[in-house]
Amino acid sequence: MKLYDYVLSASCYKIRLMAALLGVKLDLVAVDFHPGREHRALAFRNLNPAGTLPVLVDGDLMLTESTAMLVYLAQASGRAWLGDSTPARAAKVQNWLAFSARLGASLGMARLHDMLIYPGDIDAFRRAGVECLRELEAHMTEARFAGRIFLEGDAPTIADIACFPNVALAPDGGVTLDDYPAIRLWSRALRALPGFIEMPGIHRLHELKPAPEAVPALEDL
Amino acid sequence: MIAQAVLNEWYPVAMAAQVGAWPGRQTQLLGSDIAVFLDAGEIVVQRADGSALAVCLRYGHVWACLGTPAHDLFPIPEADQPGRRLVDCGVVRVKCSPLRAVENFLDIAHFPFVHTDVLGAEPHTEVGRYEVQIREDSDEVWATKVHFYQPQAAKSASGGIVTEYMYRVAAPTAAVLYKTCPNKPDAWDVIGIFVQPLTEELCEVWPWMALFDDATPQADLIQFQQMIFLQDRSILENQIPRLLPLDPGKEIPTQADMTSIAYRRWLKRKGLTYGAQMVAA
Repeated sequence: MKLYDYVLSASCYKIRLMAALLGVKLDLVAVDFHPGREHRALAFRNLNPAGTLPVLVDGDLMLTESTAMLVYLAQASGRAWLGDSTPARAAKVQNWLAFSARLGASLGMARLHDMLIYPGDIDAFRRAGVECLRELEAHMTEARFAGRIFLEGDAPTIADIACFPNVALAPDGGVTLDDYPAIRLWSRALRALPGFIEMPGIHRLHELKPAPEAVPALEDL
Repeated sequence: MIAQAVLNEWYPVAMAAQVGAWPGRQTQLLGSDIAVFLDAGEIVVQRADGSALAVCLRYGHVWACLGTPAHDLFPIPEADQPGRRLVDCGVVRVKCSPLRAVENFLDIAHFPFVHTDVLGAEPHTEVGRYEVQIREDSDEVWATKVHFYQPQAAKSASGGIVTEYMYRVAAPTAAVLYKTCPNKPDAWDVIGIFVQPLTEELCEVWPWMALFDDATPQADLIQFQQMIFLQDRSILENQIPRLLPLDPGKEIPTQADMTSIAYRRWLKRKGLTYGAQMVAA
């Protein structure tokens, strides 16, 4: 399975992360998105006329939408990740996949603006991003009260993987996550999953490593 | 008021291959609005009032000076060495002091924690003794005999090696490192960081490389370097104080910080205080 990839792309990372969590091996083909804009060049558009990344190719199958790729990977290698145990849950997962597009158009664009100097109305991107974060925080707080830590149900789904990258990378676009404790806890739960991989801007959980035995307890100091 | 010494230095303002016709690249240098554009085949850098700046084209980038250039742009002889691949890695904007971006480039101790399993890995965290000097002849800061264990020192590296480094501050916002070349143990790979100071707390950073590597596709080389630099970016944006402190007192340096100390001392001595704070607040 071949993934046309850009290391700094949140959407490409969704697919790399999903594959890593499922134990699926991807052949990564680096595309010079920045500064080369290779994804807009004719050769790449012959593959994907939309000129967007990522692109996933598996035999005759070619996918250009990251949410479709998540569905494909989960269907093939880890059906539990589809989150379709009930009709309502399946539909809610679809809702989050659509929500992830809003995250990309707001927090994702703010990041491209602040980091790679993309044009656009930065205040509008950030405002729309904060609206998304507030919705997500409210949802995650309710979920925590109900004893859950992932977006839908008791286990992580493709909904979590679709939404996590642009949320975790929000500070790259000048939007702080300090105000959203439930979101930060959700982020920790995802980063603690076996097989988790990081990307630049999303750090692994150094801070959750168990303290060495030799460290004295606070009250003994 | 910006010190004359600051105005008389060269700063990168664009990647030469990407400069287009007016309006070209509308950007800032030391707080002044400037435009970088092509006019009748020539690259021009001008202020908002239309006056032109001194310009030179070198190492794939456009360099400009807001004052009167105090000297020529620093040399990188390896840029003209046959067999090297020159790689322009594009620009990344960072909300930090331009001096902090350079200082981070000179630091080794953070490798295992920020570039985990690539440029460093626990438990190999010790920075051994190395040598630092301010070279009076070239007026540059140099760190030599730096050794560090790296799981993946470069895109072309196939396993962990002890990499040797030399670091060089060649201009107030430009530094160059020389590191063991995995493909050619008798040669150095050369990596530069060219920092454009937009304001005292905002910069745009242009990584650049001159490598011995015939095999790795260009996009892979660029993405490896961007991965490394973007791991640094979120750290840089959270460093406080925002301005680089040049006077001792605010921080307690360790042996591993010798290069940084020399860089700060050199900046202070030359009056290159843009992006710096002089008295610990």
